[in-house]
Amino acid sequence: MRERAAVAFALLLAALGRAQAESAPAALAPARAAELVHLLRHDCGSCHGLFLKGGLGPPLSPSALAGKDPQALVLTVLEGRAGTPMPPWKGLLDEAEARFLVDLLLAGRVP
Amino acid sequence: MRRRGLLATSAALATFPRPAGAGCPEPRGTGDLLVVVERARGSVLVAESTRRTILGRIEGLGDLSHASMVFSRDARYAFVFGRDGGLSKVDLVERRLRARIVQAGNAIGGAIGRDGRIVAVANYEPGGVRLFDAESLDPLLEIPAIGADGRRSKVVGLVDTADGGFAFALFDAGEIWLLDVTDLAEPRITRFAGVGSLPYDGNVTADGRFYLAGLFGEDGVVLVDLWHPEAGARRILDGYGRGEAPLPVYKMPHLEGWGTAGEHLFLPAVGRHEVLAVDRRSWREAARIPVLGQPVFVVVRPDGREAWVSFAHPDNGKIQILDLERFAVAATLSPGRAILHLEFTPRGDQVWLSARDDDRVIVMDPRRREVLAHLPAEKPSGIFSTARAHRIGS
Repeated sequence: MRERAAVAFALLLAALGRAQAESAPAALAPARAAELVHLLRHDCGSCHGLFLKGGLGPPLSPSALAGKDPQALVLTVLEGRAGTPMPPWKGLLDEAEARFLVDLLLAGRVP
Repeated sequence: MRRRGLLATSAALATFPRPAGAGCPEPRGTGDLLVVVERARGSVLVAESTRRTILGRIEGLGDLSHASMVFSRDARYAFVFGRDGGLSKVDLVERRLRARIVQAGNAIGGAIGRDGRIVAVANYEPGGVRLFDAESLDPLLEIPAIGADGRRSKVVGLVDTADGGFAFALFDAGEIWLLDVTDLAEPRITRFAGVGSLPYDGNVTADGRFYLAGLFGEDGVVLVDLWHPEAGARRILDGYGRGEAPLPVYKMPHLEGWGTAGEHLFLPAVGRHEVLAVDRRSWREAARIPVLGQPVFVVVRPDGREAWVSFAHPDNGKIQILDLERFAVAATLSPGRAILHLEFTPRGDQVWLSARDDDRVIVMDPRRREVLAHLPAEKPSGIFSTARAHRIGS
């Protein structure tokens, strides 16, 4: 059990490292990055699905997001979408953190 | 003589066979069971509240990230509705998966009809309701949720009604539909169009008379009197936000688990950190109780004296207990990390809370507010008592 957790954590760090290396506008502390991934899966996931295949909110798979402007997606995360249940996350996330999540989603590399 | 005795014994065994096979558990009833969804693992735990132990785990139920369940009328089977459109029939006695189908691309929940023969599932993709034979899970009927706008809508708030039918709401189209399946060959639908913007969930009162749908797109709740559907859908609690800018909602509230206490029904407000008390006779707001965050579940203790409230992120580690006599917060607890759901035992001696980020279920004494047990569970979410088998709308 502990071994499995350790392997999972190593994979998580590796995936985060990859995602950051590709876009990496800001270096997030690994602990914060892990928190954000958890938030993405479980809290964004409450509307978009644990596996991000959609729910009350649209799917966030790379194919669903293909062609969308990353900066517009960052804005959507921070400001929400009026007229829909998508809330503004700016009180809980800063721009670099939103960008980190958007990059993970666009790359299809959510650990 | 002795020989005859032996023969008699074997005849009795043939008539009432014991479960075959080694390690087969002693038969036990299901009346004290709670079934816990393990959302990430795609499994459910079958637990009992008499000794507060886990009896077993049933795996292979798919994506359970927003899973709920209903029970057969004999409380032997749970029908588990998965996010991925999976519908699984779980045997709580033998503790194994009995049947499983994937009936849609994306689903949100379901209901079982009054006579126990029909299981209905609410689907997001493709938007609509599908009915299945509770015995075999064979498909019986499909109702595409095409609103007055001509588009297919996601379906929410699907419940069974006292007349043997079902009620649900169309999220995108803003409608409420009543489905009469007295004759499956000729299902009849009563549509209420234009009831309000983005109904996010719906539920029926315990007596089966009133269906209510909460609105996300505006401040208000829609009410249909199922005794008098001809009277139409009516708006209650209209404009309860009174022009204030709504607060962000990081998790959609649920109407499942709501309850009445005395003359009042208690609901989570949307975009307000308040629980609304509604007078059940006039359907007017009776009180609003300020709470610490966006309420998700407002679950009334079976005796109606208190309600336990869970919260959306980032306050989901807290629970507030409301005194329903005084309409005030009686206590604030921090029982664990990411409390996703809670369920009382039928007579209220225990409340079970799922602490997702602690990977455990917390069992508490609701009156003393003390922990009775911790049960290990992997990323637990919904907890469902088999007592729901005998309730309308659950």
